[in-house]
Amino acid sequence: MNYIATNAPPAEKSKLVANSHSPLLQTTEHHFCAGCGEPVGIRILLEALSELSLVDGSIGVVGHGCYGGAVTTIDVDILQCLHGRAPSCATGIKRMRPESTVFTIQGDGDMVNEGLQEVLHTAARGENITCVLFNNGVFGDTGGQMTTTSVIGQRTKNSINGRDPAAHGFPIHISNLIASLEGSAYVARGAVHKAGAIAKTKRMLKRALSLQQQGAGFTMVEILTMCPTGWFVPVSEGGDYMADSMEKIYPVTVLKNIA
Amino acid sequence: MTLRLMEGTEAIAEAAILSGCRFFTGYPMSSFTKLLEHFAQKLPENNGVCINAESEIEGINMTIGAASTGARAATGSCGQGLALMQEAIAEAALNETPLVIFNMARNQQDYFQATRGGGWGDYRTITLAPKDVWEAVEHTQLLFHLADLYRAPVLLYGDDLIAKTQVGVEIEAREFGTLPDKNWALDGKLSGTGKSRVTWTFAWGKHNTPGLRADKHWRNIAAKFDAINNIEARWEQQYTDDAEIVVVAFGTVAKFVESVVEELRTKGHAIGFFRPITLWPFPNDALEQATNSVRRVLVFELNAGQMIDDVKLSVADKTKVQGIGGVSVHDSGLSYGDLLSAQSILTRIEEIITGDKK
Repeated sequence: MNYIATNAPPAEKSKLVANSHSPLLQTTEHHFCAGCGEPVGIRILLEALSELSLVDGSIGVVGHGCYGGAVTTIDVDILQCLHGRAPSCATGIKRMRPESTVFTIQGDGDMVNEGLQEVLHTAARGENITCVLFNNGVFGDTGGQMTTTSVIGQRTKNSINGRDPAAHGFPIHISNLIASLEGSAYVARGAVHKAGAIAKTKRMLKRALSLQQQGAGFTMVEILTMCPTGWFVPVSEGGDYMADSMEKIYPVTVLKNIA
Repeated sequence: MTLRLMEGTEAIAEAAILSGCRFFTGYPMSSFTKLLEHFAQKLPENNGVCINAESEIEGINMTIGAASTGARAATGSCGQGLALMQEAIAEAALNETPLVIFNMARNQQDYFQATRGGGWGDYRTITLAPKDVWEAVEHTQLLFHLADLYRAPVLLYGDDLIAKTQVGVEIEAREFGTLPDKNWALDGKLSGTGKSRVTWTFAWGKHNTPGLRADKHWRNIAAKFDAINNIEARWEQQYTDDAEIVVVAFGTVAKFVESVVEELRTKGHAIGFFRPITLWPFPNDALEQATNSVRRVLVFELNAGQMIDDVKLSVADKTKVQGIGGVSVHDSGLSYGDLLSAQSILTRIEEIITGDKK
């Protein structure tokens, strides 16, 4: 039986067999909680930009949530904008710099609570930008309160007995709404809780960014992201919890893909 | 000189485009609507973009986006719409994005909104209040310059009269001096180089190029507005050298007051006139000097008394200060009321003069 002896130094020095760093990060230090899905979402977005050679000229617009702190790290020109307004700011940027690849990053609180009007009208106008939504169904940055995408029964700090439609209304399926608008060219919902889902979601991002380059219209990728801290579940259970709760309500799928 | 007959909103739109404005957003609202219509017609012909925004909040945020790329960009509304924009005006002040905002106000009740603002943080907005269309044309061009010079949102306090009055105008490009390079403008050219930029009110910067962060950045912003306060005050005064009474008024209303003061001068009264052209910075020192030896300082403004606060802060002996205006709007709520007439102003001033003689 082969085994690695641990009672003596290894015969050979260890060597780097693969650089696993994400592209387009100025540092690998980060502030995200253990088990958070957002860094994975940011990574596949940055990989998609790099692999499509769209980095030069790219401009990001980032809203307010846990992902907001990453603006100091992501090596892309970024406008950190007001809560909810990223699609509007991105509209102004893209109209003045149509050659740039313009993307937004928002959470569910940012896009679907505060900024529902902005994203719907931006999609309806067919603005040629790519909006990325990190949907974890909770206000993570402020410590675990209900958002409009929290699923029925979800316990949050301000729906402590679970989201109850009688008291809190129903979740908004934002991607379905946007897919129904003529201005949207591509709308997909991915997730980052499993390797297969991550690979699939990255393909979605690449498709969205490619269509933006072709001037196809509004593109959006919703990414279901784990938030064990805001869900009050153990880190190791984040992925399974998401599969059992959010993914059942928000299935991973391509909702719209113009030919 | 070739004069062209045009209404104020058209003249302002042309002046803005001549100043290099390439982006405009708006949401129809009286007295602002026609300004939006003129931009919608003229900007596409001039390599620009005009978006019919779905709300004032969306509109100003689009404008912030456009301006963040270095383009000259503007938006506008009346005071009611500017109320919705307050958060974004503060944002632009604190992340240092140059914007021009046109308030085609329905009356003079937006003075506090313009000079105090309703956003968050330590910021001010340079506000120019033209007395007529000709001055609005000049101010529009000056505002684009000041916005870029100070990297700040700036306001034009126009009104219903400026918006709708038709006059003969010649719109000529004006020079206001050189401006710093817009090396802060986001163009994506530094993306992926390790030197990319971030525009953010909190000024954290990037890992490789750290910013000042909030405390220092906001102190710098406060110092910048303090400096502007000392530099940019503009005003007009007449007959103040020998005046016993000085009347203070702003905007188009001041033009009515000016003519009444002229009339009273011809009747032999020792009366003068003072008009703040910038509402912020308010010309405190100039008003103090102009009123040092007068008996009375009368403030004629068509609101419940807003600018009078700044007048009292300027005049050494504030017991001399008296408001003679008041709330006066058309019953529609959309424009000025009956108090805006030379006769009303004359009557109110003569009552004071007569009372003083008793």
